[in-house]
Amino acid sequence: MVDASLKRPLSFDVNGKTVNVDVAPMARLLDVLREDLHLTGAKEGCGEGECGACAVIVDDKLVNSCLIPALQARGASVRTIEGVAKGDVLHDVQKAFLTWGGAQCGICTPGMVLAAVSLLEKNPKPTEQDVRVALAGNLCRCTGYMKIFESVLKACETAMARESASEAAR
Amino acid sequence: MTASSVGKPLDRVDGRLKVTGTATFSAEVAVANVAHAVIVGATISKGKITALDVGEAQRVPGVVAVLTHLNAAKVPGADKPTEMTDKVVQVLQNDAVLYDGQPIALVVADTLEHASHAASLVKATYAAEAAICEMDKEIGAGFAPKAAPGRPPPDSNRGDIDAALATAFARVDATYTTPCENHNPLEMHATIAVFQGEDHLTLYDATQGIFGLRKRISKAFDLKPENVRVISHFVGGGFGSKGSAWSHVFLAAMASRATGRAVKLSITRQQMFAFVGYRPQTIQQVTAAASKDGTLVALRHEVTSATSRFDTFAEPSANVTRMLYACPNVKTSHRLVRLDVATPTFTRAPGEASGSFALESALDELSYSLKMDPLALRLKNYAETDPDEKKPFSSKTLRDCYTQGAAKFGWSKRKPEPRSMRDGNWLVGFGMATATYPSRQSAASALARVKKDGSAQVLAGSQDIGTGTYTIMTQIAADALGMSVERVHFDLGDTTFPETPVSGGSQTASSVGSAVKRAGMAVRTKLIDLAVKGKGGPLNGMSAEQVDAEAGVLVSKQDRTKSDSYEAVLARNGLDQIEEKIDEKEKAERKDHSTHAFGAHFIEVKVDPDFGEVRVSRVVSAFAAGKILNRKTARSQFIGGIVWGLGLALHEHTERDPRTSRVVTKDLADYHVPVHADVPDMDIVMVDEVDPYVNEIGAKGVGEIGIVGVGAAIANAVYHATGKRVRSLPITLDKLL
Ligand code: FES
Ligand code: FES
Repeated sequence: MVDASLKRPLSFDVNGKTVNVDVAPMARLLDVLREDLHLTGAKEGCGEGECGACAVIVDDKLVNSCLIPALQARGASVRTIEGVAKGDVLHDVQKAFLTWGGAQCGICTPGMVLAAVSLLEKNPKPTEQDVRVALAGNLCRCTGYMKIFESVLKACETAMARESASEAAR
Repeated sequence: MTASSVGKPLDRVDGRLKVTGTATFSAEVAVANVAHAVIVGATISKGKITALDVGEAQRVPGVVAVLTHLNAAKVPGADKPTEMTDKVVQVLQNDAVLYDGQPIALVVADTLEHASHAASLVKATYAAEAAICEMDKEIGAGFAPKAAPGRPPPDSNRGDIDAALATAFARVDATYTTPCENHNPLEMHATIAVFQGEDHLTLYDATQGIFGLRKRISKAFDLKPENVRVISHFVGGGFGSKGSAWSHVFLAAMASRATGRAVKLSITRQQMFAFVGYRPQTIQQVTAAASKDGTLVALRHEVTSATSRFDTFAEPSANVTRMLYACPNVKTSHRLVRLDVATPTFTRAPGEASGSFALESALDELSYSLKMDPLALRLKNYAETDPDEKKPFSSKTLRDCYTQGAAKFGWSKRKPEPRSMRDGNWLVGFGMATATYPSRQSAASALARVKKDGSAQVLAGSQDIGTGTYTIMTQIAADALGMSVERVHFDLGDTTFPETPVSGGSQTASSVGSAVKRAGMAVRTKLIDLAVKGKGGPLNGMSAEQVDAEAGVLVSKQDRTKSDSYEAVLARNGLDQIEEKIDEKEKAERKDHSTHAFGAHFIEVKVDPDFGEVRVSRVVSAFAAGKILNRKTARSQFIGGIVWGLGLALHEHTERDPRTSRVVTKDLADYHVPVHADVPDMDIVMVDEVDPYVNEIGAKGVGEIGIVGVGAAIANAVYHATGKRVRSLPITLDKLL
């Protein structure tokens, strides 16, 4: 049997900072984030890849951190919900969730926001259908979803309005 | 008067914390020297543990303790529920196994990995007995639940139903069933228990009722209530499942006491199906009869629901039938059967959600027998007063819900014949149903305080389970204090704050809101008194009636140039703060009124005629729920409730293996909750309603009514689309083929 107590060193980037931490061989990325790094924004909703509450972005890919052995993130760059706002300035998606009521209890919210951020980085002008597909892996038990895809679409509008304003200024 | 904040769609005051992932949920509170606990669950549903081998588990490095029935401390109160929300819990007191997944051991270790690994090494040997989970096998042993004080009785009978049935023109007799459903809030139940010495306990717990939990735990552990502190600042959804103290909370406390460490216990999604309650399955027999013009002459609603062998929870599905329509002859009953399962509990609109499926389906069936529009049938039997309590309604604006909802939906375009509407290959159906939910109020306390810097702090125990309590209480407090919301800080979720009821039964806005309002007004009155009677100041000598409060400033009504800020009043009178605590009781006028919120759902479905796939394509729902405190959070609550109804109608079903009584749908892959792709466009109409009697703030509660009637509205639409009447939820493909 592997000695589960023998920790292995792990070095990776989290929200732009390099972190070094010793982790158990099969520790989940989710637990290392939450327990060792105190980044509790990633939530556990199922522990088996069904709900998306634990979503983080690893090297530009949206992943469920409950399914990823932490050691697999060695050398990777990980973005969590704590790294989405720039200091005090919220991301468009966060602002929209706040204004349009995309968050109720807030447990699914970090995963939803990251899924939306990840979508908009790849596709800045999604249709409602695109949003629903991109967020399909994220469950919410409170909002009834409508406010969530409304929020994401509003975030796109804000981003596009800003873009055209800055183009007009040029 | 200050521009009112109540009613405005204020953003959630805790929204920023939530969108940045910095709201601290119970399992996330940083507690020093915390150990992690993992529950080992039974793998049989009935029998005895004959051996428990914990040797290997104990040898895992980092393991601090393995608790089993052989070494766990006795918890004398475990099987002594006293309050309505209390449950009999299974906390390692003996070798009996009563249901699948029951806790049989608790492993405590330095890390979650060690605890989980060790838990997987605990080996149990059982003497299993045959376990029964099918209601029909036990239905002969059905019994009536005991009448609970303050709750409606299990049976009711008005008029003479048999005589009425003998002469009725049209009649429907049908049996409807609803399945067992697990709440599955996205946050799993979690607790951190910290014993300080033998007699002080702090619990950080994901709960809907901090005070109920304190009472139950302090009794069970023989602690003084004031020595138990429960803290719950954020709760990731509850829906009823977090309204009771379940086994894991006791286990965490036992482990903390046994190890002398803080113990964190987050249950797994699989365990969410084991010992934290569920909506029980029901079998409901309904007879509905009418005269030729559609006047209801008889309603009979007989409900049987399932409970555990060791505890009693009855799903009160027939209560809605007693009061919803003006029908002179109504007979209802509730019966229970015991199965080898865990104890069920309150689930979003307990009783109304399941019962309205039966009642509102039966009415739909009756409408076809009468060749009458389903909406016209409801209007024909509109109850102007509560026919059960024989009291006037404190307010009822259901008629407007019907007309506004129907107009927005385009109900008049409905062709009466089933299978008569199409969209390409899809069969299209329209269905409607009435929604109602009682508007409750319980005693609650709150404290308001204006500080010398002119800001306010308002405290009430309470909980925010995602509903928006922080936000609406801030709005209510700001208006009562005559201040702007930015200057008011409302805090909750701590038993050191004034006592409040459980966040269940849609009563938080009503109960806590009334207390907050009165506390705020009391402080405002004190400030005004001080300004007119205290030391000096521009308003001195005026009568209190001549003074208004506006954004933290007192102003003379006659001469608006004369004003005095809260800071100035306090400073001049040498005070650091001024505060008032209010213990608010039920509003007296409630006694003379029946208090309910109402609504109506209009739903369009599209059904694939070849595969039986049902898509809900459009929902228009209109609600009259008294004063809407915040249109944004209220709309969210209505939509969330409707989507729960969609789950009830089409997806959710906790399946058990009849051979073993074990749950087979133990995760979110097998237990289907609605997802993004299932959710249609929903149009929510909020009908204005003023209710001077229901409580101090005129709000009726919006958390539960959304789900009520949705099951029937969808089933009725499916019938209209396909001509197939599905009387057993959920409406899965196989039932339409
Ligand atoms: S916790 Fe990872 S997907 Fe649910
Ligand atoms: S807001 Fe509660 S689960 Fe989505």
